[in-house]
Amino acid sequence: MKFIVCVKQVPDTSGVVAVKADGTMDRSRMATITNPDDLNAVEAALALKDQNPEAKVIVVSMGPAPAEGMLRELLAMGCDEAVLVSGREFGGSDTFATSQIIAAAIAHIGLDEDDIIFCGRQAIDGDTAQVGPQIAEKLDLPQVTYAIDLKLEGDKLIVRRQLEDGYMTIETSLPCLVTCIKELNVPRYMTVKGILESFSKPYQVFDYNELKDEPLIELDTIGLKGSPTNVYKSFSPPLKGAGVILDGSPAESVEKLFAALTEKHII
Amino acid sequence: MILSQQHQMMQKLYRQFAETEFTDELLDRLEETEEFDWDIHNKMAKYGFMGVKIPVKYGGQGADSLAYALMIEEFARVSPVLSIYANTSNSLGAGPLLYCGTEEQKQKYVTPVAKGEKILVFALTEPEAGSDAGGTLTTAVQDGDYYVLNGRKTFISGAPFADYAVIYAKTDPTQRGSRGISMFIVDMKLPGVTCGKPEKKMGIVGYPTSDIIMEDVRVHKSELLGPLHKGFSTAMKTLDGGRLGMAAQAVGMAQGCLDESVKYAKERKQFGQPIAKFQAISFMLADMATEIEAARQLVYSTAVRMDAGDPETNKLCAMSKLYAAEMCNRVAYKAVQIHGGYGYIKDYKVERFYRDARIASIYEGTSQVQQMVISGNLLR
Repeated sequence: MKFIVCVKQVPDTSGVVAVKADGTMDRSRMATITNPDDLNAVEAALALKDQNPEAKVIVVSMGPAPAEGMLRELLAMGCDEAVLVSGREFGGSDTFATSQIIAAAIAHIGLDEDDIIFCGRQAIDGDTAQVGPQIAEKLDLPQVTYAIDLKLEGDKLIVRRQLEDGYMTIETSLPCLVTCIKELNVPRYMTVKGILESFSKPYQVFDYNELKDEPLIELDTIGLKGSPTNVYKSFSPPLKGAGVILDGSPAESVEKLFAALTEKHII
Repeated sequence: MILSQQHQMMQKLYRQFAETEFTDELLDRLEETEEFDWDIHNKMAKYGFMGVKIPVKYGGQGADSLAYALMIEEFARVSPVLSIYANTSNSLGAGPLLYCGTEEQKQKYVTPVAKGEKILVFALTEPEAGSDAGGTLTTAVQDGDYYVLNGRKTFISGAPFADYAVIYAKTDPTQRGSRGISMFIVDMKLPGVTCGKPEKKMGIVGYPTSDIIMEDVRVHKSELLGPLHKGFSTAMKTLDGGRLGMAAQAVGMAQGCLDESVKYAKERKQFGQPIAKFQAISFMLADMATEIEAARQLVYSTAVRMDAGDPETNKLCAMSKLYAAEMCNRVAYKAVQIHGGYGYIKDYKVERFYRDARIASIYEGTSQVQQMVISGNLLR
């Protein structure tokens, strides 16, 4: 039994946001973190492993070499193995190409009948929420998105989904893919012992040569060339001015509001 | 010193944990109730912080002294008192046991202490014997398979809620000074053991400290720790690690003071501009940061040298403790000064830091005792 968790290293949006002249993000100038929703996915896998100690948790990430630091941290939280998918050929991939490559990497690891793939709902840099579902499609697996609760019962996974207007509970067979939301759990911390062990746990890098024989990997479906998405332009939205809070009694406030709206010729 | 990747990860872990878990609400509660908070203790225990420096074999995390110093520093940066929660087990608590305990004693006591399931405290100080252990009046008289202990220990951090205490008692009254003293592991539930009322302290509030009173306490001879009559010289060898930890705590407290001061100096406006624009304030900040960094580097390098078995360890640990503790008090003074009247108000963090800082130059050997240790090493 394996729990494969897909994770992404993203810019820390609480720090400096740097944009290159071509409109893409200058990641080298920004501090990075593990995508928050992905940490919930890691926690979901680790919690399930706590109940099924024979299971193995493998974290998979696509990104440049420095993503190793993030993967070591996830190993220090208790994950068993890490795979970094990294190569020049993969650079510039949009969600279509990325999910193609990650699906190939998962196929390369090998998917068994009782495996579960966990993803975060979406990454805070692109906010697309597409990669998880696309991986499932490319591997032809059942997928359950927006998990707020999950339970393994025999060879079935029972997942409660959080939707905008309610909840939905789904039972699925394995192997399957689940995307996790932050309300699902509180990710654990690393431990000191885990940190010490994290450098002796299995760590692999899958480059283009390693994956090129996987059926999903075609040079025209990966990387910048294989990406249907093109960045036309990126810009910072103009800052909204500070709001005004009207105080006083409701009657006074209405009067002030009326005056303000009239002044702006809204009414 | 450049930290290894692993130590950087640990630093990040400690910082994340402290910033997330040591909430203002928790810190205020500790201050108001003055009581030990089991919830945060249990949470710290769950992540193995009680046994960071204790070998994996005895339930610990198996890390080194630098990992321990980094933890105490980062915890103290947010809460000096909570840094103590994770300290004792790693230093003076398990220290003497790891140093000279039998395998059976280590299994029995160190393992639950490393996991935070049991609390072990260190009891050396007496009303008449603080810096001068020669004045120890607690006695242990052999009676068959038992030793009968009588006496009073004072200012024992953690005593009111401890499961065990390492007690120093005179076993050979014919020997003078610090000789003829032995160490015993005393179960705090044994008949004849009582604790005094928790002291009302200036700082480190929320980690109760009290006397331990022993009246005809019968301790089995298997609980004698280390060689008979030579407990004190053995203890001295384990004090180095404790001093290093307290030096790290002082660095953390000082950093906490600096963090608050930088923030405040940028926010607070006087004469039409932030006070950070005034050289009188910015130079104070510069001096604080420089002294903190000097102390930090001394502590880190001492941690590494101690683990490498450097023969100067005793002197280096005393130097770290002396310099960091005195530095911390200077920094805390300036932090309150920068805050002006607000620094004197309990709503501001530096008020608490200022009171907490005061203990740094007192416990685990006063600054003057550290000077004795350093000069003793120089003038040998």
